[in-house]
Amino acid sequence: MDADVYSKYTVVIGLEVHAQLQTQSKIYSSDSTEFGNSPNTNVSVITLGHPGTLPRLNRKVVEYAIRIGLACSSEISRYNIFDRKNYFYPDLPKGYQLTQDRTPICIGGTVTVSPKNAEDREIRLNRIHIEEDAGKSLHLPEESDTLVDFNRAGVPLIEIVTEPDLRTPEEAYAFLAEIRQLVRYLDICDGNMEEGSLRCDANISIMPAGSDTFGKKVEIKNMNSLRNVQRALEHEIERQVMLAEKGEEIISETRTFNETTGTTSGMRTKEELNDYRYFPDPDLSPLVVSEEWLAAIEEKMPVLPRELVKKYVQEYDLPEYDARVLTDSKEIASYFEEIISHTDQYKAASNWMMGPVKSYLNEHTIEIGDFRLTPVRLVDLMKLVESGKVSFSIASQRIFPVMVEDTDSSAAEIAKRLNLIQESDSGAIEQLVDDVVADFPDKVTAYRKGQKGLLGMFMGEVMKRGKGKINPKMANELLRNKLG
Amino acid sequence: MKPYLSLSSIQNDLNEGRITCVGLTNHYLKNIDEKKHLNAFVEVYREEALAKAAEVDARISDGTAGRLAGMVIGLKDVLSHKDHGLQGASKILDTFQAQFNATAVQRLLDEDAIVIGRNNCDEFAMGSSNENSAFGPVLNDADNQRVPGGSSGGSAVAVQADMCLVSLGSDTGGSVRQPAAFCGILGLKPTYSRISRHGLIAYGSSFDCIGIFSKTVEDMALVLEIAAGPDEFDSTVSASPVPSYSGSLEKLKGKKYRIACIRETIHTDGLQEEIREATRNTIENLKKNGHEVHEVDFPLLEYLLPTYYILTTAEASSNLSRYDGVKYGYRSPDSGTLETMYKNTRTEGFGEEVKRRIMLGTFVLSASYYDAYYTKAQKARRIIRDRTKKILEEYDFIVLPVTPTTAFQLGAHSADPVEMYLADLFTVQANVTGLPAVSIPNGSDREGLPIGFQVIANDFEEERLLAFSKEIMELE
Repeated sequence: MDADVYSKYTVVIGLEVHAQLQTQSKIYSSDSTEFGNSPNTNVSVITLGHPGTLPRLNRKVVEYAIRIGLACSSEISRYNIFDRKNYFYPDLPKGYQLTQDRTPICIGGTVTVSPKNAEDREIRLNRIHIEEDAGKSLHLPEESDTLVDFNRAGVPLIEIVTEPDLRTPEEAYAFLAEIRQLVRYLDICDGNMEEGSLRCDANISIMPAGSDTFGKKVEIKNMNSLRNVQRALEHEIERQVMLAEKGEEIISETRTFNETTGTTSGMRTKEELNDYRYFPDPDLSPLVVSEEWLAAIEEKMPVLPRELVKKYVQEYDLPEYDARVLTDSKEIASYFEEIISHTDQYKAASNWMMGPVKSYLNEHTIEIGDFRLTPVRLVDLMKLVESGKVSFSIASQRIFPVMVEDTDSSAAEIAKRLNLIQESDSGAIEQLVDDVVADFPDKVTAYRKGQKGLLGMFMGEVMKRGKGKINPKMANELLRNKLG
Repeated sequence: MKPYLSLSSIQNDLNEGRITCVGLTNHYLKNIDEKKHLNAFVEVYREEALAKAAEVDARISDGTAGRLAGMVIGLKDVLSHKDHGLQGASKILDTFQAQFNATAVQRLLDEDAIVIGRNNCDEFAMGSSNENSAFGPVLNDADNQRVPGGSSGGSAVAVQADMCLVSLGSDTGGSVRQPAAFCGILGLKPTYSRISRHGLIAYGSSFDCIGIFSKTVEDMALVLEIAAGPDEFDSTVSASPVPSYSGSLEKLKGKKYRIACIRETIHTDGLQEEIREATRNTIENLKKNGHEVHEVDFPLLEYLLPTYYILTTAEASSNLSRYDGVKYGYRSPDSGTLETMYKNTRTEGFGEEVKRRIMLGTFVLSASYYDAYYTKAQKARRIIRDRTKKILEEYDFIVLPVTPTTAFQLGAHSADPVEMYLADLFTVQANVTGLPAVSIPNGSDREGLPIGFQVIANDFEEERLLAFSKEIMELE
């Protein structure tokens, strides 16, 4: 289909994002939330829903949920009720999921997204609420029965529900990327989609361009990466537009994404859905968020990536591209922040981060947290360059790798040991400059006649004879004087 | 051995060396054997109880015994008792073993109570006659043709027939007070949230209370003060301080109260004549003792049962979802697919009354009827509580009968569930409002069947309620 056909329709996308909160213990019991333990080891009578057990709310969960709400400028509910969502499934031990139906902890809010090759947009949130995860049903090829692992049952989740504000798969991708970055900055979720700690369901419909009546909504599940969310939506748009073009009906249903084929297929129609019979859980007292508690949470809020970008561009005069790379992860940003707490050479610091540091991390496939060179020592090296004792290229290529390994020596000590300190004695440099001028009389004449481009040749020769240890600034100055 | 009525007389004899805990336990075991036909116990812990009794005897001679040394108790089959069967008298929890102690049970064990067995009851505490048990009905020791009341029928009969001194039951809509009245013993439902629900099988969570059966107010007070109080496992439990209920009995003696008597409960046609008379007599005696008693109107009486049944069945339909054959308990042998496992397990595992209430509850919570039933019943509950509290602003207590009739014949109401539900007419008010209430023996009818007298107090006023109950027990 050509692009004209697509332009006849407006795409409407809403997302439901589940994020597992990285608390030590589960939302209603003291069981561990650790991922990857043997099946049914992170379980107690509470997780297993034994008769007579009652939930006990882990307040950390509420705190984490409030953090993301504050980050999205949501209204925080002061009076919270927990509701039971009733349905039968083997991995749901109590036969109901504890969630928030009528009083989500966060109401409204916005998330700004920066889709590739398009304008930034503000996406409105409908709500963020707290709930508990279910266990996992395992259909093993060697087992005729389905097995159930309850380790995940009771792991805390937040569900972030957007308004139907997204219009393209790229925006959906950008929204998820934004949320992933946010939850990592806030230290509330590891944001890992492959392991399922961040999950996304998408609701998508199309309507004729210019219409304000939404079409029949299709829900897509089982997309375990940002890329797959985009692919699934691209495919679904194509499918729905094709149906619409053929005059066929789009039915309201839940579809599952197949990663291998890149297509979606129907799971169940909405009409078959359960009536969840929500009602307030009588086993949990309503939770009141006091002003003091809220203020304490607000106080501990980190600076968020978009605020950092703004600061770097406006205050430090860094290019937007640099600012984005530097704030990509909280760890990179805080490393950078520590550097610039010791120096005001912002651009130089950024160059170090984006060049040598990034390359080193990539080459060694490590995270900044495992990087052995401390920001303070990197500043030491930066200052050596600043003083003119070594060039940036010598510093980054020769001294930097040694500093990473040799954590005891200062930058200057290493430079000295490796005999890399630049010649800054003007007498010695002058001698070299004089020699070069004397050795190329023809070129000198040509230069003096106006071939100023020859300066580079003279510089190269001086630097070569100085074995790279010449302070280039001084050499340059002297050359200009001598050549007149 | 003579039947003991109180822990203090037992402890006297223990301290004087006239009896031992082992001897006492054997006495109860003998009674249990002799009255096996009453079907009060689902399981008797013979060896274990005797072993524990020997331990307690040793501690008594060491001088290290707990406050409940010499108290032999029964536990309703809805209370979690570690490493013991726990079934809620239902087939669906067949073979289930509790993995922890209910907080109330743990606290009694810590004070050296001896658990002699678990008591029969209506399945998942749903019933007013103890006829809804997977283990068969319990018989009233006063007349074996009659029911003991329910749902804690086994617990009531165990105390009535001297099979233990005290027992714990649960009271969601009268399940302690009604059988106490039918069996001629004391039954207490404390304020909602006074005793932790941790380890109590849930029926209607916002109504469920652990309750106490005894023959003396002193024992009831002592057990309550030990079992009650904050508990980290129940976030709804009250943080209000637990007074020394047993110590206050003497302290509050002789106080004169203003008492309200609910007119509608005395004048209703459905009330058995002898109960009306017994209630009036007690009221007259209270007046003679210097208390003021006034009749008050409570026009909401007819809304009590609908409110109660809508809300408890709604909660029950959700609370009982966990019994699905997946994790524990009964699973139908015909469980080829997930759906057949669910359907067959629950069809075969639950009894008729439980199924009826699950269906009722599922209905009232369904999207199309939620507001018409559940929301409205919540509002009604609020109004009923406000009106009742209003009476208690002016009066110290509300008095009324416990039941419209004395113990009825086995099978008498089996055909019509609504008729059966009427047996709870006077008891559900305390559950709908959460207020504490007690059932006190109040003589018997022409056929010798026990009658109960009910007192409701304000929230967390068990101290006064029990002291007043003691006075009523001592009336002519």
